[in-house]
Amino acid sequence: MNGPGASTGCSERLVAAALVFLLGDGTVVPVIAAPPSLESTATATTPNGKVPAGSTGSKASVTLGPSTMQEGTRPKFVPPGDWPAPVNDQEHRLFTLVDVLEFRPKTGAGQSNGYRWDVEGWYGGDYNRLWFKTEGQKGTAFKADYDVDFQLLYGRFIRKYYDLQMGGRVETQSFKGSNVTRGLGVIGIEGLVPYDYDVEASLFIDQNGAVSGRLSLTKDLWLTQRLILQSRFETNAAVQRVEEFTTGSGLNNMEFGLRLRYDIRREITPYVGISLDKSFGETASLVREDGGDPSQIRFAVGMRAWF
Amino acid sequence: MKYDFLSRRLLLKRVIALSMLVAVEGLIPACAVTHTIADPGSQTALSGEVIDLTISEQLFRLDGRTGMAMTINGTIPGPVIRLKEGQLATLRVTNRLEESTSIHWHGILLPPVVDGVPGVSFAGIDPGSTFTYQFPVKQSGTYWFHSHSGGQEMLGVYAPMIIDPIEPAPFSYERDYVVMLSDWSFESPETLFSNLKKQASYYNFQKRAAGEFFADVGRMGFWPAVQNYLMWDQMRMDPTDFADVTSYSLTYLMNGFSPGDNWTGLFQPGERVRLRFINAAATTFYDVRIPGLKITVVQADGQNIQPVAVDEFRIGVAETYDIIVEPVEDRAYTIFAETIDRSGYARGTLAPRTGMAAAIPERRPRPLRTMEDMGMSMEGMGDMKDPHAGMTTHEVEPTGDIQTMKPSDDNPHREHGSGVQPEQGLQPTPARDADDQGRSKIPAAEPVKHSSDDHGPGNQMVAEYSQNRLGEPGRGLEDSGRRVLLYTDLKSLVPYPDQRDPDREIELHLTGHMNRYIWSFDGKKYSEAKEPIRFRYGERVRLTFVNDTMMEHPLHLHGMWMHLENGAGAYLPRKHTVIVKPAERLSVAISADAPGRWAFHCHLLLHMEAGMFRVVEVLEP
Repeated sequence: MNGPGASTGCSERLVAAALVFLLGDGTVVPVIAAPPSLESTATATTPNGKVPAGSTGSKASVTLGPSTMQEGTRPKFVPPGDWPAPVNDQEHRLFTLVDVLEFRPKTGAGQSNGYRWDVEGWYGGDYNRLWFKTEGQKGTAFKADYDVDFQLLYGRFIRKYYDLQMGGRVETQSFKGSNVTRGLGVIGIEGLVPYDYDVEASLFIDQNGAVSGRLSLTKDLWLTQRLILQSRFETNAAVQRVEEFTTGSGLNNMEFGLRLRYDIRREITPYVGISLDKSFGETASLVREDGGDPSQIRFAVGMRAWF
Repeated sequence: MKYDFLSRRLLLKRVIALSMLVAVEGLIPACAVTHTIADPGSQTALSGEVIDLTISEQLFRLDGRTGMAMTINGTIPGPVIRLKEGQLATLRVTNRLEESTSIHWHGILLPPVVDGVPGVSFAGIDPGSTFTYQFPVKQSGTYWFHSHSGGQEMLGVYAPMIIDPIEPAPFSYERDYVVMLSDWSFESPETLFSNLKKQASYYNFQKRAAGEFFADVGRMGFWPAVQNYLMWDQMRMDPTDFADVTSYSLTYLMNGFSPGDNWTGLFQPGERVRLRFINAAATTFYDVRIPGLKITVVQADGQNIQPVAVDEFRIGVAETYDIIVEPVEDRAYTIFAETIDRSGYARGTLAPRTGMAAAIPERRPRPLRTMEDMGMSMEGMGDMKDPHAGMTTHEVEPTGDIQTMKPSDDNPHREHGSGVQPEQGLQPTPARDADDQGRSKIPAAEPVKHSSDDHGPGNQMVAEYSQNRLGEPGRGLEDSGRRVLLYTDLKSLVPYPDQRDPDREIELHLTGHMNRYIWSFDGKKYSEAKEPIRFRYGERVRLTFVNDTMMEHPLHLHGMWMHLENGAGAYLPRKHTVIVKPAERLSVAISADAPGRWAFHCHLLLHMEAGMFRVVEVLEP
């Protein structure tokens, strides 16, 4: 947990030393750090004799003299710049959640075995994170063959419960041997709404200006301390009809799923599930034209995991 | 510390261990082994003018499992250091780790340069080097010392420090034992921290699941139960949140012994036994009792108090309590230290002979947070006032020994700002009649409304109304039917010299976000608020803590005493660590008599590391 520089600095070497720091405005400020004793004296002054502005928010791990000096008071001790931070509260972490990774055996005529994944994660600190998301499926009601997409987003923590996310998305679909790919801009919000529902809402604009959106809600119901029922709702909608992606205008589809998982560890949770997927309106017509079934019930067996 | 380094060393050490199992024996706490087998009357202690300590990596064996530990002189806990008030202490600490280390002398008044906090008082102790701490010993009592570097404290770098007084103690005893409580995990502190950052409820296996819901339906009726569960979901809070890390990962230790290994202190029936309880855990609060024995608390945080007879006491992380018990029967007594979340316990035995054991009590049901812990308005809440009511499963009916706060003439709903600005127009301060042992007024006896500052996105909630809860035993103990030690019971044996009213108040809010495991003061982590909190040398200042979180936090100030404003008039107890309960507003008075820079932080190790840390600077005139 020690930060960078934790290994630097040796107390025995803390003899009087003159340290020079460059402030953001380019002013050279000498800080004389005397031996760390009660009798030590330290000064922190600019060449013109003024007390430098406070170092709040400065990345440098040095605290200069106090910004608001009481009349005649000054600290006897200024910590040298090579001291480590007393706590390391800015660590960055990498988190990956494989929320859905499942096999869906075919349940009716005209279906094929399918699979699906929904993975997301982030790298960053408490407030600013780089998010990545990928979803993919084969043999679903929404599309006959493959549908894979990937998003890369910057997210900022706002309003105590939400990450406001912005970035790009690439979507690839394959149908009867031909591939189509498009790029989309993304703005979205992800977080926890009252009543403990995890919500993810995104708005997409593709390279041709077609606008679409996606909303998903999940909630965990604790049956025991390890057996958890996750309900999951997802819907897609679009403003324009984009035929090559089997997307009609208006409401595209709704999916409702239940997944019963067991926490072998908190990170490793196999599950079984059932999902009901229904396409609507123009989209349903497009699915039918492509030989698909706009209304399906599918069973699933899979693994949820994070690391 | 570097994780990869640890793994490599672990592998290396395991290979060595196979051929040298004897080395493992050395890790069984020497103090405990010594007094139970060789000399039951005392624990081995280091004393004298110069004391040498070595911090190194060692294998630690517990209940058949082996993990990597960091130890002081090869044991967990490290050796007891026994000093004499008035002596000059010279402590030479050698670092045999491959990373920087430090030792902080917890609760000891000393010059800031030997306080031992890397980044605040010194640079730390480099690998292979020795740092010499030297300071005059100006106090007496039970204290402890530990590493202040990263997660080392949790890995075993902690030990007791006893300072014998010049004047004889105002109580007598024939036996004297240290009872050091701690917690051990085979997961590294980094792993614990990372798991909590990624899934804050990772270690909670006492959530309210379906079975409990149906039981509550049976007890409360369908609608009230549904409403209660929905209410917590609506607030995005978990009422079962009592401990960040639980027995899922932790083994609770008493003098380094697991409950099964049963640390034992010997006595002759009729002897008075002094037990010096120290909570050296990284993250665990304990509720301690010894069934069959009345407990007389004689010291708190090393300071003599007017003796209080209780059945049970809660000891927060980093606190110490000295108690006297008088076992008269020729039988064993269990020292039972149940964790605050009831997921486990530390256990030891007082016995006339080795090898004896007494019954281990049943653990009590896991408690639940209430609206009171959320600082919700007490007015107009109707039946929402206490959703806990009717849901307790305690077998004993309440005894009503919870003290009722007397209403005061203080304006109950005065608005308070936050931050560290001096407050104009201070409220009246406690009476200072040295002859009056009666209760004086406790600050915030009436609820104080929170300001409009919500402390930003990193803070989940605010206590809409906060007030002192010093007269409450703490959540989970309210219906125990036992006499539980209260903060209002703590009265100094003698009045301390500085009886001035504080002339300035600094208000500090305890903030955090459970879902992201962010912990902070005033909504800012240390890295976002490196400017010190400033005291003027010689001033008497009031620090008022407002806990906007739903957890108890043990706050520790280095270098100076905190005089707990608990209504004891001239007899305010002084403490180095105070527990602030959820939604509590608690005040301490401080005589700023120690120039320099001092650490101030929550002593839950992972809360501190997450950013619940500040530097306090006492400015020389």
